Amino acid sequence: MIEIEGLTKQFGPLAAVAGIDLAVNKGEVLGFLGPNGAGKSTTMKMVTGYLSPTSGKVRVLGHDIETDGIAARRQIGYLPEGAPAYGDMTPRQFLHFIAQVRGLRGNAAHTRITDTVAKCDLDPVLDQPIETLSKGFKRRVGLAQAILHDPPVLIMDEPTDGLDPNQKHAVRSLIRAMAPQKAIIVSTHLLEEVEAICTRAVIIDRGRIVADGTPGQLLARSKHHNAVTLTVAANDAAGIKSKLKALHDCAGVDERKLPNGIVELTAFPKSGALLIEDVSALAKNWNVKELYAEAGRLDEVFRAITTQDTARAREART
Amino acid sequence: MKQVWPIFKREFAAYFATPLAYVFIVIFLFAMGAFTFYIGSFYDKGIADLTVFFGYHPWLYLFLVPAIAMRLWAEERRTGTMELLLTLPVTIRAAVVGKFLAAWAFTGVALFLTFPIWITVNYLGSPDNGVIFASYVGSFLMAGAYLAIGSCMSATTNNQVIAFIVAVTVCFLFTVSGAPIVLDFFQGWAPLALISAVSSFSFLTHFASIAAGVIDLRDVVYFLSVIALFLTINVVVIDLKKVG
Repeated sequence: MIEIEGLTKQFGPLAAVAGIDLAVNKGEVLGFLGPNGAGKSTTMKMVTGYLSPTSGKVRVLGHDIETDGIAARRQIGYLPEGAPAYGDMTPRQFLHFIAQVRGLRGNAAHTRITDTVAKCDLDPVLDQPIETLSKGFKRRVGLAQAILHDPPVLIMDEPTDGLDPNQKHAVRSLIRAMAPQKAIIVSTHLLEEVEAICTRAVIIDRGRIVADGTPGQLLARSKHHNAVTLTVAANDAAGIKSKLKALHDCAGVDERKLPNGIVELTAFPKSGALLIEDVSALAKNWNVKELYAEAGRLDEVFRAITTQDTARAREART
Repeated sequence: MKQVWPIFKREFAAYFATPLAYVFIVIFLFAMGAFTFYIGSFYDKGIADLTVFFGYHPWLYLFLVPAIAMRLWAEERRTGTMELLLTLPVTIRAAVVGKFLAAWAFTGVALFLTFPIWITVNYLGSPDNGVIFASYVGSFLMAGAYLAIGSCMSATTNNQVIAFIVAVTVCFLFTVSGAPIVLDFFQGWAPLALISAVSSFSFLTHFASIAAGVIDLRDVVYFLSVIALFLTINVVVIDLKKVG
């Protein structure tokens, strides 16, 4: 439903987006990841038609965003970065305004507004000026505005930024519930969010896609993928460590001293191998306090394939 | 163009949702009164017309209208609502026209509220009401021209102070281009055609000709063309900013 081809954006000497190709289909929730300044927001601004690309094409349900912008933007719900809204309006007035601009009239507008207000839990603040609302409510007003017309394509720039854990959970549930009928792009730098809602994760760095896969595939690139961690008494640690190292599939063991005479050992598997069965079989004879296998750490993958912002700023100047 | 109406409504309501509208209207009316009665010595003249009153309009507009116009786009850019507005299924043209018309309607309201002075002058004597009506029309058209310039300047920046100062400067040049302050500069060396061309750009000249009581089509077309020109530039400026 969203097709992006060779998208670039040049700000003076700075290549903010340096050639992105991407297609997002119905039912996909694409997590758009990357360090600050990697080009996430710029890409989203081009996909929604706020910025014109330096080169490349964006099509939304077949409508080119540059040449057939109005038709394309009808299909899009967009939550810009920081969830801007007219502060002097109340959420009720604001949503009516959006409904009108979107061509919703009369009963249709009323039904959609009621429905959206319920989905976003805006009832308690419906008649307060938006500028007086808390960050959480402001963000939900922005979200309400984006989903008001039930768009087939939904693009959200950090939808859960500034929300407390309960609100985050609510927004994520909402996104998950809408996902099957829509193509959704969500930018975030919360890695747990990707695991929670995304069917696909794309990491961009310096304006280029550096990883594209399911969250599971990305996790598999982590050093900690399928690693087994156990905590044992310090006295037993040396013996157990050598036994772990002797396992056929074990690539190495890390040792970390915890307080109270406890040691945490992490055994890393050779690529593609599983350690958990071997280790748990052995562990029956040991005095083990904790034992668990890890799925992998997304932040580790993220750090490994993206760069520090200072290095990036230096290199981005072509 | 269907979207002009919701944008107009939102923008017009926004004036009254903040103290802006009330502060502006009060100061506008107070200044009009002060200029007419004290500086313009309305009573001492002993003539039942509003020439003095309308004579101050261009000068008041010069500062008050850019004050309204400066927020039109600069504020949207600064608060990020511009991104919201322009990613809705709305053409830039519709957004520019909707916002401009709302600001124009608002100045219309302020201008309308000066009606007590019209009543006063009718109470004091028997003025030529046709001339006064024509002057009101001319004043409203001129306010629109100032607004279009201000709106265009506002689109170039996210800083309202810059928008204000640049708009006042450009408005000033348009106001006085028929006055000696500008024409003396050309006199003596420039061909007559150029001088008359420059002087024909003056708001003062066109406004004075309407305020004399004749709504000449040429003057109306002039003000409408200035509005159309600057709104077109306004659209182009916003479009260019998309390119970055």
